[in-house]
Amino acid sequence: MTKQQANWSPYDNNGGTCVAIAGADYCVIAADTRMSTGYSILTRDYSKICKLADKCVMASSGFQADVKALQKVLSARHLIYQHQHNKQMSCPAMGQLLSNTLYYKRFFPYYSFNVLGGLDNEGKGCVYTYDAVGSYERVGYSSQGSGATLITPFLDNQLKSPSPLLLPAKDAVTPLSETEAIDLVKTCFASATERDIYTGDKLEIVVLNADGICREYMELRKD
Amino acid sequence: MFRNQYDTDVTTWSPAGRLFQVEYAMEAVKQGSAAIGLRSKSHVVLACVNKANSELSSHQKKIFKADDHIGVAIAGLTADGRVLSRYMRSECINYSYSYESPLPVGRLVVQLADKAQVCTQRSWKRPYGVGLLVAGLDESGAHLYYNCPSGNYFEYQAFAIGSRSQAAKTYLERRFENFMGSSRDDLLKDALFAIRETLQGERLTSSICTVAVVGVGEAFHILDQGTVQALIEAFEIAGEEAPASEPTAADQPASEPGVAADQGAPAEHDAAPMDI
Repeated sequence: MTKQQANWSPYDNNGGTCVAIAGADYCVIAADTRMSTGYSILTRDYSKICKLADKCVMASSGFQADVKALQKVLSARHLIYQHQHNKQMSCPAMGQLLSNTLYYKRFFPYYSFNVLGGLDNEGKGCVYTYDAVGSYERVGYSSQGSGATLITPFLDNQLKSPSPLLLPAKDAVTPLSETEAIDLVKTCFASATERDIYTGDKLEIVVLNADGICREYMELRKD
Repeated sequence: MFRNQYDTDVTTWSPAGRLFQVEYAMEAVKQGSAAIGLRSKSHVVLACVNKANSELSSHQKKIFKADDHIGVAIAGLTADGRVLSRYMRSECINYSYSYESPLPVGRLVVQLADKAQVCTQRSWKRPYGVGLLVAGLDESGAHLYYNCPSGNYFEYQAFAIGSRSQAAKTYLERRFENFMGSSRDDLLKDALFAIRETLQGERLTSSICTVAVVGVGEAFHILDQGTVQALIEAFEIAGEEAPASEPTAADQPASEPGVAADQGAPAEHDAAPMDI
């Protein structure tokens, strides 16, 4: 008597890749705009990036229905926070809220692999990276999604801070300038697009700095 | 209204068919400091008089933002008002979450009215002691509603509640027919004049009143003190002159108070986005 297997899954993987890089006074968050299912493309023009607060932007890959639901929950919680505290949520606060929200569904998780990017309370760039159930860490850069295995080693090579065992502890944010970081992100995606079938079409880049938020796009290979 | 044997319980009718506890709750509204609202086709303005307990304390928060398109001014037991505005905010958020669109104002006031009615028919509850002027914008236009503790609600072109509101109502009654076509600045001017009516001679400055606006293309926000003072001066409302005297044409161009108001809404250190 073999164990019964499910003939239906509540989850699907819509593919895609997200990257975030923290700078001294800026943060770059980027994601491709391809949404797939199986070996098919659903759309070439779907944004995986969501602005949660003035200084906090989230990019998520995975199951986009769960991503959308997660974005809605966080936006509603942010409104409540604003009513109660008379101010916008800081990026670290939103980081904790996201972790708690994800763990809340520990036993039926959001199939969502997130990177949160923004400016911390001192105006420095910050990036938080998550797993599907809310384990998170502040890092200098991160990548999630189908192309992450291709991008992360490259970012390690370009950006990796000295070992945490070295003293004095060194800041993880990159010394690169904003334009250099954006260029690096474009290079990452151009390479990932070559080998990952779920990454491509268009790249959406969001940059957060003291002046506010700006968005740019770059075409990627469509095959 | 005198004390009698039918007024102990909200669930006791009087022989004349009145619920005295509900009527007493409406008296509480009349004790609060004045709040007025007026609307045109595209904008709604709420204004209220700030009364502090003493010179040392800060004044009561009387205007609350419920959502980008709805705000409320209260008069009466401000604690009850605070709780109800929290309910309104929660309803707005839940509706937006489910329907990805703003809660129509008429729906919100019905929900508020039903909530108030419950308290008039439970022996273990008491009616809310606060009157709400709900100002909002939705697909069907600009609206101003008054919700009272009895659970009734009415839509108004302009209304005033709280102490000495009759003076403001008289002022508004003379002019309300023109409000539909008023510009945003005209509405603000009339609101400030109406507030001045309730002050009975006291000098009108921005430190004793609060003004909030919502309109087409303009999210609900409370004007900061500087903007309000500038409006008072521009319309020459401050002094003790007779209300009949028309203010001289505003020296500042009409766009300026509008621009200043927009700058007042985003995060300033003292005028926080959702505050007062």
